[in-house]
Amino acid sequence: MKYVNEKDINEEIKWAQINTDILQSLQNPRKAYWIAIAVCLAMLSCAVVAEVYQYQTGLGVADLNRPHMWGLYIATFIFWIGMSHSGTLLSAILHIIHADWRKPIYRFAEAMTTFSLMTAGFFPMLHLGRMWNLYWVIPYVSDRGIWPNFRSPLVWDAFAITTYLTSSALFLFIGMIPDLAICRDNVTGWRRKLYTVLSLGWQGTDRQWRHFRKTYMLMACFLIPLAVSVHSIVSSDFAMSIMPGWHVTSFPPYFVAGALYSGCAAIITLFILLRYFFRLEEYMTVALMEKTCKLTFAIAMVWTYLNLVEFGATWYGHDPVAKEVLISKFVGPFAPYFWAMMFFGSVLPFALAFEKLRRHMATMMVVSILLNVGMWLERWMIVGPTLSHAYAPEAWNFMWPSIVQWAIVFGSFGWFGLLFLIFVKVFPCVSMYEVKEMVFHRRREAHAEVAEKFHRRAADVQQATGRPSVEGA
Amino acid sequence: MKKKYRVLGLFSDFEEAFAAIADIRQYKVPGVSVDDVRLMSPIEHPEIEEVLGDRPAHVPKFTLAGAIFGITFGFLFLASAQANFLVQPQGGKPVVPLPSNIVLTYEMLILFGVLFTVISFLLLSGLLFGKKEKLYSEKIAVDQIGIIMELDEDTFEPLKALFRQHKVLEIREEVIK
Repeated sequence: MKYVNEKDINEEIKWAQINTDILQSLQNPRKAYWIAIAVCLAMLSCAVVAEVYQYQTGLGVADLNRPHMWGLYIATFIFWIGMSHSGTLLSAILHIIHADWRKPIYRFAEAMTTFSLMTAGFFPMLHLGRMWNLYWVIPYVSDRGIWPNFRSPLVWDAFAITTYLTSSALFLFIGMIPDLAICRDNVTGWRRKLYTVLSLGWQGTDRQWRHFRKTYMLMACFLIPLAVSVHSIVSSDFAMSIMPGWHVTSFPPYFVAGALYSGCAAIITLFILLRYFFRLEEYMTVALMEKTCKLTFAIAMVWTYLNLVEFGATWYGHDPVAKEVLISKFVGPFAPYFWAMMFFGSVLPFALAFEKLRRHMATMMVVSILLNVGMWLERWMIVGPTLSHAYAPEAWNFMWPSIVQWAIVFGSFGWFGLLFLIFVKVFPCVSMYEVKEMVFHRRREAHAEVAEKFHRRAADVQQATGRPSVEGA
Repeated sequence: MKKKYRVLGLFSDFEEAFAAIADIRQYKVPGVSVDDVRLMSPIEHPEIEEVLGDRPAHVPKFTLAGAIFGITFGFLFLASAQANFLVQPQGGKPVVPLPSNIVLTYEMLILFGVLFTVISFLLLSGLLFGKKEKLYSEKIAVDQIGIIMELDEDTFEPLKALFRQHKVLEIREEVIK
């Protein structure tokens, strides 16, 4: 109760100070930032070596063989697609409901979406083996007389993910334009040239703001159903097959909940890292951290419920093979990973229920990483057990993924980390204009008499012109 | 021939800038209308439209056009691709399968809705190659509010006096012709 009046942000902070603090973050991160870059590069090089080896030798080195046609590549593909969900989806939802606490944290969350999608996109390519034939999925008029199978959810994936990547990258970029103009006006050298081009001549005129507001709102409205549709479609890769354990009606909401869950956990991790790397304690406050943790806890409970629904539907269903797959998860060779998933996904989030723990950055860092370990295991537990225990008993076996698969999965985290770290060094990871809006509104609320004065003045004008209020989009 | 001026007044906060605009609206500077006022600010004030009056923003129309185009193009593109390829045995299933096309058409609706929205934003707000304000201060990107107007020499001095009355921090001016 002692934190009940804690503010999300110090509303007395001056606008000029916001510019100074955020722009400074582009210049001098802590040494830990450079160490993180080095770690990411090292991880990425593991994947590069493994991929070169796989490319030269053939897909056989990944041990993707009957019945384990889909291994870690597809499990990790789902993981990264899921990770991409929270950034844009939560940002869009919180934007349209005017939850202003999103403002200091949405920028990096949206960047996380874009880079997660870019990472996810690699996995189907790597899984393809003959990467040079990737263009076959494009529905162009083919001289080989081959068209993609439009009934296959795999083709839907290509459409949905391309749409989501394009839309979320544009959402991120459009939301950054006013900040890029601030950067343009305050830096020199190559950065000035870059920001001049990217800010597209933004000057903050009423005409620009008016169109900006409508555009941003409309894009947010499009992105919410789009994000839901993307992960529903990814779930269709499984649910529309007749494989035991995959042919489940609750898969789409289960996938969407899992996606939001892992994305929220990743937001917590990145929140703590950025707060430390760039000394952004003033903007990424403990109060905001608490709100994100509470949201994550709520989503964790939804995910737990959908898990139980899935187990119940399989257990009480009339598919004995699906039931056997479920039992093999409980007590078979996958059991340690399955129970680890349940612990990390359903038990560990209770740590987020305790105020003291939520406010402890180091604890939350560990918890958020472990939550995502649980969510990665969840994806593996979707792919692995079904393939190892399907309809043909003679093909039942347990496959431990090869070192090549592990190296590429490991390296994908380095790739994502590298893209993200470069982004936050080149572009402001906290939205300056939106934080200004946040402190402006909060200051007005805090000083009621000033707000009253503003209101009176606006009302006077309205009365004089007789025009109706057009507040909102 | 009368000279024409472009004037930029920089204010420390919205309150003073809005007060100046309210005076212009009440014709305290004869010959100057609120329709000539352009405001530059570091954030968008929620009451800005009440102060400046209702000004058009046609982005949603483009969004609707994009969504309709997306549905139409998406479905026709897929259907033509499917209908073109009759070699593949369909196994008694329809050549143009509606259930799967609904999913893909929906994605196209969103994609083109978003693309048209973004393009209309760039065009209508004068970004990219659009006309920019000639007088611009970097202080607007920090914490100051700018009122920019173009007016002739008869109204130039009274407007500056009005700005000063509302504690303008700085006035920049240039002769247009």
